[in-house]
Amino acid sequence: MRHLLGTEGIDPADAVAILDTAAGLKQSLEGREVRKLPTLRGRTVITMFYENSTRTRVSFEIAGKWMSADVVNVSSSGSSVSKGESLRDTALTLAAAGADCVVVRHPASGAAHRLAGWLKDVGTSVVNAGDGMHEHPTQALLDAATLRERLAGGDATGQDLRDRRIAIVGDVLHSRVARSNVHLLTALGAHVTLVAPPTLLPTGVGAWPVTVSHDLDAELPSQDAVMLLRVQAERMHGGFFPSAREYSIAYGLNERRLGLLPEHAVVLHPGPMLRGMEIASSVADSPRAAITEQVRNGVHVRMAVLYHLLAHEEENA
Amino acid sequence: MNTLVLKGVRPYGEGPLSDVLIRDGVIAGITSHDPNTDPHTDPHTDPNTPDTVVDGNGAILLPGFVDLHTHLREPGREDTETIESGSTAAALGGYTAVFAMANTDPVTDNAVVVEHVARRGREVGLVDVHPVGAVTVGLRGEQLAELGTMARAGVRVFSDDGHCVHDPLIMRRALEYSKALDVVVAQHAEEPRLTAGAQAHEGANAARLGLQGWPAAAEEAVVARDCLLARQVGARLHVCHVSAAGTADVLEWAKARGTAVSAEVTPHHLLLTDDRLATYDPVNKVNPPLRTAADVERLRQALADGVVDCVATDHAPHAPQDKDTEWSAARPGMLGLQTALSVVVKTMVETGLLDWRGVARVLSERPAEIAGLPDHGRPIAVGEPANLTLVDPAATWVVRGADFASIAANTPFEGMELPARVVATVLRGRVTAAAGRIPA
Repeated sequence: MRHLLGTEGIDPADAVAILDTAAGLKQSLEGREVRKLPTLRGRTVITMFYENSTRTRVSFEIAGKWMSADVVNVSSSGSSVSKGESLRDTALTLAAAGADCVVVRHPASGAAHRLAGWLKDVGTSVVNAGDGMHEHPTQALLDAATLRERLAGGDATGQDLRDRRIAIVGDVLHSRVARSNVHLLTALGAHVTLVAPPTLLPTGVGAWPVTVSHDLDAELPSQDAVMLLRVQAERMHGGFFPSAREYSIAYGLNERRLGLLPEHAVVLHPGPMLRGMEIASSVADSPRAAITEQVRNGVHVRMAVLYHLLAHEEENA
Repeated sequence: MNTLVLKGVRPYGEGPLSDVLIRDGVIAGITSHDPNTDPHTDPHTDPNTPDTVVDGNGAILLPGFVDLHTHLREPGREDTETIESGSTAAALGGYTAVFAMANTDPVTDNAVVVEHVARRGREVGLVDVHPVGAVTVGLRGEQLAELGTMARAGVRVFSDDGHCVHDPLIMRRALEYSKALDVVVAQHAEEPRLTAGAQAHEGANAARLGLQGWPAAAEEAVVARDCLLARQVGARLHVCHVSAAGTADVLEWAKARGTAVSAEVTPHHLLLTDDRLATYDPVNKVNPPLRTAADVERLRQALADGVVDCVATDHAPHAPQDKDTEWSAARPGMLGLQTALSVVVKTMVETGLLDWRGVARVLSERPAEIAGLPDHGRPIAVGEPANLTLVDPAATWVVRGADFASIAANTPFEGMELPARVVATVLRGRVTAAAGRIPA
C-alpha cells in the first residue's frame, strides 16, 4: 500500500491487517509510561488541514509522534495557502521539503486523489484525512476497530465483521464518514442499513450495497450497532428537513430508542456531537456508547496506517 | 479574378469524383473529375490555370461548418485563447463561421465590445467571427442589455451563456423584444436554485464520489418553461448544449406543437459519460455536466431525428492553473473546435445514425439557418458562396491537446484515436486551412 485514499475497493485482508496492527499497538502501549515506539524514526509526516479539525489532526499528530516520526502541521491559514497558492504547488513544495507522507484534509471531494496523482513521481505517500463529501477512511477504520473490539468481547485478532448489522443514521448525503463506512463495513462482511430522511440520502443510493430505511424505530431492534452522523448547522438551515425539532423526533437517538436496541448493541458517533439533536446527552454518556473509545482507537488505527504505508514497505522490500 | 479548384472531391460523399471551380468566392463550376489536367501549370503562362489547386484525393466536400457556441476568450483571457488562435483552431477544425460567446471581460453586452470582437475577427480573417451579445447587462440576469443597439452592430444571436436567464419575466421580455430584431435568444438552461454548488451529474457516480449533484430536471424545467414562453409570445428560442435525455423529450413535445425552438448538442455530450469522473481529473468537468450512457444514447437519436437541430462545440479554453486543480476549484469547459467533426463522425456516422448529408445538416446548414447567416450552410451548387470544408473520412488520428492551435490544451479526448480529418477549409474562395496548417 502506497496511499490510503479511501476504503472503496479495499481488500478485506488489508483492512483486517490494519485493524490487527492497531490492536497490537494498543496492547503494547496501554499502561506504558513512555508511549513511544522507534518505528518511524527519521520519517517525516506532514499534515495539511484545509478545514477546521481538532480530533483528526491531533489524532494523526499523536500517532506520528508515538511512532517517533517527525510531524509537521500545516494549516491553510497562516501558510502560503492563505496567499493563494494552489493545492498542487503546496503539495509539491511539501514533498520537495522532504515529506515521506502527507496527511490531507480538504473541502473538495477527490483532493487526496489529485494529490496522489501530482506526487506520483515523488514517492510521497498520501493519507486522506477527509475529502469533501467523499471519504474519510481512517474514521471508518477506527469505527471498525471499535466495533470489532466491543462486539468480540475479547481478542478479536484476525476477525472481520461478518454478519454484523450496523445502522448509519443521519446526513448520509453530505457525509464522507458514511461513504467510507459503507465501503469498509460491507467489505468486512457487515450488513449496513442507512436511516435518514430522503432529502439526506444521495440520488443513486439504490446502487449501494446497503438497505435504506426512513424508520429508525423499526431498524433498531435488529442492529448490533448504531452509528450517528453529525447534522451540520448549515443543513438545518438548508431546507433539508423542516426543523431541528422534527429531525430530533424522527432520527435522534434518545433514551427510549436506546431501549429498542439489543442489550449488546454499541452506539458510535464520529464527533463532534450535537447533544440533544442527533443524540441525547444521557445516551452519549451511557456505557453503551463507545465514543471516547473511538477517539482512543483513532490514534492506534492511524499509527497502524502510517506503519503499513511507511514502515511495512521497507520490510517487504 | 481569383480562382481555386478543388480536384477529385465528392460533394456530400455522394456520386463520382468532381472538380469544383471557384471564382471570386463563388462556386463557378462543378464538373466530372478529370485526372489528366495538370494542376501545376504556370498561371502566368496559361490564363486558364487556376491560382490555387487543392487535390482532394477523393475527400468529401461539405458546406463550411458553423459553430453557434464558441468561447474565444478575447477580450479578457487572452492567456487561454485569442480571436487569432481561436480563429486558427476553427479553420483547422473545418469552420467557416463561429459565434463568439458574450462572457468575455468586459462582457459583450454593448456595441463597443461587439464591434471590437467583430473587427478583430475580420483582421484575422480565417473564419467569420460573429459576436454573441449578452441578453442581460453583465450577464447578471437582471436588466436587458441593449439588444437593439447590438443587433444594429450586427449581432444575430444573444445569450448569457455560462449563466441562465433564470428570471421568467426577464426571459419573457428578452424573447418578446427579440422579435422586432430578427435575432434569436439562446438559453443556457440551468435553474440556479437547483444547481447551487453542483459539481457533477446527479446520479450514481456523483453519489459515490461525493460530488454535489446537478439534476437533469434543472435543465429540463428551464427548457420546458422557455418553450412555453416562446410560444406564448410568438418568439424564436434556441437551447444551448442539451445534455439530458429528458430535455430531448421536452423539445420533441414542444416542436410537435409548433413551438419555434431549436437546440444544439455538444460533441462531448455525444461521446462522454460521467463514468470518467472517477479520476477526479477536472479535464472532464463541464457545464452542463457529462451525464449517463442513456443520456448519450438519447441525444444521438435526437440529433439524428432532428429533435436536436445541430452540433455546437461550446469550445471553452482554460489555463492549466484553472484546470489542473482539485475538482471543485476547476473551471468547467473543454476545447472542441478541432475535434468536433471527428467526434460527430465517431458517434453519428460510424453508428449509422447520420450520413454525410446529415453531417452537413448538423454542422453547417441548421446552425447557419438558426443564426440567419445568408452565405453559410448553403448548397454545394453553381452560384453559391464558396464556404466549404473538405473531409477525409478514412483518416484516423490521435488527439494531442498540445498540438492544437488553441493556447489552452484542455481536451477530454487526449490520447483518443478518432476518425476523419479536415483536409481543407475554404472561406469565400480562399483556403484558410489545408493539411492541418494555415496557408502562408
